[in-house]
Amino acid sequence: MSMVQISNVRKAYKDGFEALKGASLEIHEGEILALLGPNGAGKTTLISTICGITQPTSGTITVGGHDVVSDYRGARSLVGLVPQEINLEPFERVMNTVRFSRGLFGKPKDDALLERILRQLSLWDKRNNRIMELSGGMKRRVLIAKALAHEPRVLFLDEPTAGVDVELRRDMWEIVAGLKEAGVTIILTTHYIEEAEAIADRIGVINKGEILLVEEKTALMNRLGQKELRIELHESVEVLPGALADRGLRIEEGGQVLVYCYDTAQDRTGIATLIREVSDAGLVLRDLQTRQNSLEDIFVGLVSKQEEAA
Amino acid sequence: MNWQAIRAIYVFEMSRFFRTLLQSFVSPVISTSLYFVVFGAAIGSRIDQVEGVSYGAFIVPGLIMLSVMTQAISNASFGIYFPKFIGTIYELLSAPINFLEIVLGYVGAAATKALFIGIVILGTSALFVDLSIQHPLAMLAFLVLTCLSFALFGFIIGIWAGNFEQLQLIPLLVVTPLVFLGGSFYSISMLPPVWQTISFFNPVVYLVSGFRWSFFGLADVPIGLSLLAIGGFTLLCLGIIWLIFKTGWRIRA
Repeated sequence: MSMVQISNVRKAYKDGFEALKGASLEIHEGEILALLGPNGAGKTTLISTICGITQPTSGTITVGGHDVVSDYRGARSLVGLVPQEINLEPFERVMNTVRFSRGLFGKPKDDALLERILRQLSLWDKRNNRIMELSGGMKRRVLIAKALAHEPRVLFLDEPTAGVDVELRRDMWEIVAGLKEAGVTIILTTHYIEEAEAIADRIGVINKGEILLVEEKTALMNRLGQKELRIELHESVEVLPGALADRGLRIEEGGQVLVYCYDTAQDRTGIATLIREVSDAGLVLRDLQTRQNSLEDIFVGLVSKQEEAA
Repeated sequence: MNWQAIRAIYVFEMSRFFRTLLQSFVSPVISTSLYFVVFGAAIGSRIDQVEGVSYGAFIVPGLIMLSVMTQAISNASFGIYFPKFIGTIYELLSAPINFLEIVLGYVGAAATKALFIGIVILGTSALFVDLSIQHPLAMLAFLVLTCLSFALFGFIIGIWAGNFEQLQLIPLLVVTPLVFLGGSFYSISMLPPVWQTISFFNPVVYLVSGFRWSFFGLADVPIGLSLLAIGGFTLLCLGIIWLIFKTGWRIRA
């Protein structure tokens, strides 16, 4: 079932800059969708238009069936937002700001629930601390606690792990996985491909205000995934002998390694033939390695393709 | 109406006030006492009476008005400007609330704080001079309306301000001079005729005069005009806020 429906959304600013150029996207209930894109791609603008921070120039967005403009109360009460910047009132105490967030979304006081949220985020011990006494990572957790305080069905995380150390990033991923289990739909933006690869169910690639593709992570990696076969030889070669010369092999490490690229989606990858040819040519194998292309390669490929087209 | 949200904003803003209760409470008490020492004792002893009221008592309504107006403006303008400044405004914009609810929360809290300070000053004054309030209901009405309308005005300033200097600009350059020249410490009738005429263009004259009338039954202008002035000012601020709401001016990026 679709939780968020974005249809043909454009956002143009007064100076003529188009941050979104007709973006369409459907987000399913209960999934984790990672929006991947370089800086300035329109990730934050897209999130801002869904959450009501800016209004789309044209196009429609619904959350849980509620239009974000005409029925903003219905839509916004389902949505929690964790912004990219650490926007918190420094003198306020943790518990107070979380309580404030819950009230702001029209929910009655429920300190038991807030306690659960703060414990889940390892913030309970800090509940009476002032925000300015917390570390950067803790502040990010407070932002998440604020967004969760009103029990949203959809959670937007705008670059949740930007500038966060490795350990905290892992923690964050665990928190996100826990929320997904609780049935929350999660949309996160990131430019860490590793992050999208680690936690997302689906991945959308956005660049220059356009959504270039949205696909299941595994399908995406299969469809666009190139694999590399590295053949390590006992003795180095300088010139490829016989049939091997026409196979488009790359010679690396001074002739010690032959690299063969193939598409995993194809019926015949040509690996078996290649290996036979290698031994026919009298070369002795020492080792074989295959390497799956990472999302990073796919991503860089897509973005540069768009740039070539432009 | 999202009453929970209005309550949340109100409580949050009031907690800022109570967190600094000492400053909130002590500073008006001290400044009022200073005014009494300077104007009441030092200068007042030479003036003794204005229109049958001792000078010390005469300046009480003006003193209260001065503090209430500046406090209402500064609290309301700071209240809405601060989230803009530190970025927490994102939460207000993404919450299921409308502009009216935001205004009610922030202006309500600012007006409450101003009212609180007004009452504290009134109490402090009673320690220095004999006070009689002839029309307590009218006094309360003027006080509450002034708190509200100036909090609305402060809210507009907070929305408009792009930096801290601008936040201070109007209170410092416009409001304080108008209040000082608005008959807070003297009766307009004590001025030369030309200055009397000029004074009648100062809207604060009508507020101070009406407020003073509720204490002593003395007024520089008819009480109806005073009511009209404060009512008109409230409506003007509401109108501007409605316009801001319609256009999203300086709120939504």
